[in-house]
Amino acid sequence: MADVNEEVYVIPEIDTKGLEKEFPLSKPGFGAGGKTNEWRLLRPVINYEKCIKCLICWIDCPEATITRGKDNSVAINYDYCKGCGVCANECPTKAIEMVKED
Amino acid sequence: MLLRDVKFEEKWLPGNAACPGCGLSLGLRLLTKAIEKPVVVIPASCASVVQGAWPKSSASFPLLNIAMAGAGAAASGIANAYEMLGKEGTVVAWAGDGGTADIGLQALSGAAERGENIIFVMYDNEAYMNTGIQRSSSTPHGAWTTTTPEGKREFKKDVAAIMLVHNLEYVATASVSYPVDFVEKLKKAEAHKGTKFIQLYSPCPPGWRLDASKTIEVGKLAVETGAWILYEYENGKLTISPISSRFREKKARRPLIDYLSLQGRFAGISQQDIAKLEAEIDRKWEFLSKFE
Amino acid sequence: MAVSVMTGSRSVATAVKLAKPEVIAAYPVTPQTEIVEDIATFIKNKELNAKFIKVDSEHSAMSALIGASSAGARTFTATASQGLMYMAEVVHWAAHARLPIVMAVATRALASPWSILNDHTDFLVQHSSGWIQIMCENNQEALDTTLQAFKIAEKREVMLPVMVGLDGFILTHTSMPVDVPDPDLIDSFLGKRMAPFALDPDNPLTFGNVVDDKYFMEMRYKMFESMQNAKRVIKEVSEAYAKLTGRSYGLVECYQCDDAEHVIVTMGAASGDAKVAASMLRKEGIKAGVLRLRVIRPFPKEDIVEALANRKTVSIVERDLSAGIGNILAHEVKSALYDAGAKVFVKSFIAGLGGRDILPEDFVNAVKSAASGKKGDEWIRLNLG
Repeated sequence: MADVNEEVYVIPEIDTKGLEKEFPLSKPGFGAGGKTNEWRLLRPVINYEKCIKCLICWIDCPEATITRGKDNSVAINYDYCKGCGVCANECPTKAIEMVKED
Repeated sequence: MLLRDVKFEEKWLPGNAACPGCGLSLGLRLLTKAIEKPVVVIPASCASVVQGAWPKSSASFPLLNIAMAGAGAAASGIANAYEMLGKEGTVVAWAGDGGTADIGLQALSGAAERGENIIFVMYDNEAYMNTGIQRSSSTPHGAWTTTTPEGKREFKKDVAAIMLVHNLEYVATASVSYPVDFVEKLKKAEAHKGTKFIQLYSPCPPGWRLDASKTIEVGKLAVETGAWILYEYENGKLTISPISSRFREKKARRPLIDYLSLQGRFAGISQQDIAKLEAEIDRKWEFLSKFE
Repeated sequence: MAVSVMTGSRSVATAVKLAKPEVIAAYPVTPQTEIVEDIATFIKNKELNAKFIKVDSEHSAMSALIGASSAGARTFTATASQGLMYMAEVVHWAAHARLPIVMAVATRALASPWSILNDHTDFLVQHSSGWIQIMCENNQEALDTTLQAFKIAEKREVMLPVMVGLDGFILTHTSMPVDVPDPDLIDSFLGKRMAPFALDPDNPLTFGNVVDDKYFMEMRYKMFESMQNAKRVIKEVSEAYAKLTGRSYGLVECYQCDDAEHVIVTMGAASGDAKVAASMLRKEGIKAGVLRLRVIRPFPKEDIVEALANRKTVSIVERDLSAGIGNILAHEVKSALYDAGAKVFVKSFIAGLGGRDILPEDFVNAVKSAASGKKGDEWIRLNLG
């Protein structure tokens, strides 16, 4: 088992003093495209007994929704994972299963 | 560089508006892992929209949106301003094949000729995807698009080859399916002067009629069939990247049909067209050998 | 006081030298060419420390400045006619992006057919781009206005780009005495640009991503407010500049207006001929005056109404054509007068297209035609025979 490593996301505090209400400026944040977790039909589930910490799923995830822990463990960030299935397709030990979203 | 050497931090944030399995989304994520302080210019393209909507952005790096033809020019402007103002940052133009090969070619060529200190990445999903899958000059022969429903008659314009004759210190091809290779190439590019150009193979599940989970797999097949050639041109010498060098030998390549059959956009392709594509692959390898 | 005899092109280039922009990007197009050639020479002689990006097109010129201005630099370009149309997409972009770019436009007729001669249609058709637009009468004003443009544009309550117009060839290639202000005075007048927002890796903002229908209109409203602020700011900047140089400019210029019964409305270099015409008319006993439109955007509605509302006739003589309706500014002037309930007889004259001269006697005849009550738009000096 591993927890999502929230620390990997770099989002500095920017005091825009309301400039974004006057000028076309936006600040970095999660979910700029909406609640993308709601797009899922399938969700990836990692079988940690098969996981060899090769980091292939981590590097191949287009969404940065697989976080890497300091010990190279990986965890799925279900808040925004879109369920594309790339991780499951690429995992060399078939440790990730795409399971139907309830 | 080893996979585990690629850094942990994420500056391309989850919850962006990209389709599931989007190649360009992975590409941008990898950009932020290769370049420490990217200042990115994005012309009209899928990348413009996947940032998400105001007041949020999925980019945790400074990003300037610009009109479709202007990536090379806007990037030049930032690079010059940064130099005058003594600001630190690596200017990267991140443009689709449309914004590079077609409407953006002039500004790219201009920037390259002037030696502007920018990295120009053409993320190549082989059509105008953002506007609904219309053909670009980078669409391969035989591919279905909404404006070539019979399959594109013309052949793919080779932008990296065009950049080879611009007297640049660094030109390369890369693929999101080989992420560490792409990261290494970006770092190499950053160390060079003038304009650096990378053409990045970037699969598009909806546009290619591809299962979203196959984004990485299709890219590997592209290389293993010889259809996409990974190479670097550095200081006047072209080197086929180790990943691709095995496939110089025609016998070593997987049959092209293995690559094509994964993609619905080639569903109706004829045997003659496949033969033409195979001949084109041979020509491409032959052409690149002249620069070695 | 340091008076030189210089062309309009050199006057604009000299102003740019004094304003010290960090980045200039430009593409040559007649009759703007000498402006950018002078800038290149100033840089070579180390009189100006700037990057001059010799871009591949006008679209690239404005795109490059959008990049440079977003990065926090003070920026300048110049163009004309076809070039202005080619960059039009990003002209609008620059204003909506709220970037304080300054651009000189050497007015020139638009093709087809080809003409390199003077015509104001190119400048005026960009009047809905969101740029502040100021049209100059002479080379002194071209220098002064270009300098003031940077200050106006960069004001926090404005943050809009400024287009400075000058008649192609008539001003750009004609020499006149021009007082060049002392560089130290201008340094204190302008200072360095203080950008309220800029591309910065330590404060990563995204510029210009999608704004949906929930807030797009509000962003445009903010631009609208800034344009309103610009009316006041232009006057304030002019007063500050007048303290340094003794020369001041308003949104409009009234010449012999006070007791005028018949007013000529015009813009640009031909205003000088209009002023001569006003004096000629007065010798004949006709009380004529000239209202020179200097600031086109923001439209100086109040000043125009004040100057024209109580006249007998207004003769608007313009060097542009909006085929299908006639002159471009005339309709804006008429609507301002209508809104104010003014009952003035306004007559529109199309003149000077493609470099055709407008002479003092043309203005005299225009006033007489208006005074006679003859209705309808007129074309001046047309040679159909």
